[in-house]
Amino acid sequence: MTFRIKPAMLKIAAAAWLLGATGAMADTTLEFTQWWEPELPAGSLRAIMDDFEAANPGIKVTLVSGPYATTRDQISVGAATGTLSDVVGLDGAWVNNLNAQNALADMNPMMDAGGFDKSQVADIIKVDGKAVMFPVASFVYPVFVNLDLAAQAGVTKLPSTRAEFLEAAKKMTKADKNQYGWVLPLSLQTPSGVQNDMMSWVWASGQSMMANGKPDLEGRPVVDMLTFVKSLNDAGTISPGIATKTEQEKVEEFVNDRVGMMIDSLAHVNLIRKRNPKLNFDLIPVPVVENYTGKRGLPYASWGIGISAASKHQEEAWKLVQYVMSEKVNAKLVSLANAFPGNVNAKPDFVTSDKAFGKAFEIFKTGYLANEFTGLPVAEDLMTQFDVQAQKMLAGEQSPEQAAAAAQKGWMAKF
Amino acid sequence: MTQHKRSHHKLKRAVAPYLYLSPSLLIIGLLMLLPMVTVIGYSFQNSAVLRRDPSFAGLKHYQAIFNDPVFWASLWHTLYFTCMSVIFHMTIGMVFALMLNSDRINPTLRNILRVLYILPWLFTAVIIAVIWRLLLEPNGVVNSILMQIGIIGSKVEWFSSPATALHAVTFANIWAGYPLFMVSLLAGLQGIPKDFYEAADIDGAKAYQKLIFITIPQLMPIIISISLLDFIWTMQVFPLIWITTGGGPIYSTEVLSTYTYKLAFSSYNLSQASASAVVILLISLGLTLFYIRYQKAR
Repeated sequence: MTFRIKPAMLKIAAAAWLLGATGAMADTTLEFTQWWEPELPAGSLRAIMDDFEAANPGIKVTLVSGPYATTRDQISVGAATGTLSDVVGLDGAWVNNLNAQNALADMNPMMDAGGFDKSQVADIIKVDGKAVMFPVASFVYPVFVNLDLAAQAGVTKLPSTRAEFLEAAKKMTKADKNQYGWVLPLSLQTPSGVQNDMMSWVWASGQSMMANGKPDLEGRPVVDMLTFVKSLNDAGTISPGIATKTEQEKVEEFVNDRVGMMIDSLAHVNLIRKRNPKLNFDLIPVPVVENYTGKRGLPYASWGIGISAASKHQEEAWKLVQYVMSEKVNAKLVSLANAFPGNVNAKPDFVTSDKAFGKAFEIFKTGYLANEFTGLPVAEDLMTQFDVQAQKMLAGEQSPEQAAAAAQKGWMAKF
Repeated sequence: MTQHKRSHHKLKRAVAPYLYLSPSLLIIGLLMLLPMVTVIGYSFQNSAVLRRDPSFAGLKHYQAIFNDPVFWASLWHTLYFTCMSVIFHMTIGMVFALMLNSDRINPTLRNILRVLYILPWLFTAVIIAVIWRLLLEPNGVVNSILMQIGIIGSKVEWFSSPATALHAVTFANIWAGYPLFMVSLLAGLQGIPKDFYEAADIDGAKAYQKLIFITIPQLMPIIISISLLDFIWTMQVFPLIWITTGGGPIYSTEVLSTYTYKLAFSSYNLSQASASAVVILLISLGLTLFYIRYQKAR
């Protein structure tokens, strides 16, 4: 008996060694590059990955985390050299370039093969018909209003239209006290002010900066927006230093009662409260053009997710993407990030526990997410070009029409 | 056989120095030469880095940047920023070095000033940029003081106005960089023999004559060496300008380094960015050769 078992055991051991050596029994390790981990509470993303690993034996996830800008450069280089991680955190502004490099996998076949319920996701970002990104978490950009400054200025009704906004900004401006109605960050270092603080006015009124897939900056919506911003500037309601102001400085000025209104990410609510617990503020949707009654476009930035075309573990990577997009996990992740969910059924817990977030969630539900820079080629470069023309306009070097025409010319060269 | 041995010995003697040098040559080759050659290669390719099969582009990218008015504006801003910085670094460094070397100042005060004057050198470029952004912002301390003493009538947007931005970043860079000159010149001053000044005193030379005919000629080798090095380093300054103005407003503080960065990481045009980087390399190379020739001549 003993004599029989021994060779059998040896065979099993040899087979196990062989399987292990060839990788057949080894765990699949997915690499997941993103910038989310440093922005979430310590250990929380790892905990979600641990849960995924527990639910999917044989798959391990290695998180490659870094700040946003570093991750962006890392992903660009990874895409060029074919060393992109299996799963990647994406910004909508990057996907066009990455797709041009054939770096992102088309998730359409994966969705079809597994019977994935597409109706559960808020959006699927497509480039050339390829589904390359799901927004996991969306950070919407409503208008923050300092209620104390508004009350002191006699602004009793919070603005709903552009004209009302201009009036409110004028009333809140007291330049001798370093107090201004609005703040506009147009630093060329990070030109995202073009998207968040300028184009958001266009999208809020259900309008577009594009026509037939091409830029339409000389159309009425963009020219009217530029004219409106110019009128705010001419009225002296914008906090000075526009051309070099960054988003952080914008928030800082709002926190310190130096500006009455700003368009900003909902993600900053807790930061604002922490910096100035006494600040009395409310959130409103971005005001619209006169007589507009349709749904309001809500500017947003998102944490997106996609799969590398070069990944050897696309099946496992798709499991991870599905997991992150699933109702419960998505709700958990966005609750941690103070963001709105990528899964339409997920309900983050902060919307019921926090009044400001609850209000923003209402704005979110009654409007629609709008960010036309998502999927555009060299989106950041387009913003820089528009930024320079807007700066020239605000410096009095050109009219809104000329600014729009110059930006249109620059943009067309990139399409 | 004897001749063979002798030639073998000769060969060993000839090869030995290169073997000793080989570790550093290898490191220089890998860390400096290889990236440099790679970037030069990229500048002649279409879609460098972004495509795995880039095609040959010839001089297309060089033509593109030479036809770009922003490139020429950047070159001019770089020259202005660099020349002004070097001139003022040298002037301020010299004044402070002379002050710290003077016996007429109380030793305790001299020690305090020594610490104060060297402070800017201790800060990183990021800290310097943040300090000056805060000081020069429209509602900042500088505007407040200047308005109180009546030098300006209204708030000046130092970094945000095209008229003042380049001067403001140059000023911040001057503040950050003079201690290098000060320390080097102070060391040089302390090495000048006292006999020269005693002889000049006997001849009845005045203070300014001693400065012109003794101090400056004695310091000239240091002044030229440090100025050339400062010129090369300042030409490549990036973080200070990037953090204070980002190359704006409009293009008023765009320098070659920010221009190249934007081409690479905003436009993702790495071929054109490489061409721009090669232009910076050539300018730096010219200055370096000048510096080496000067050092050899000495």
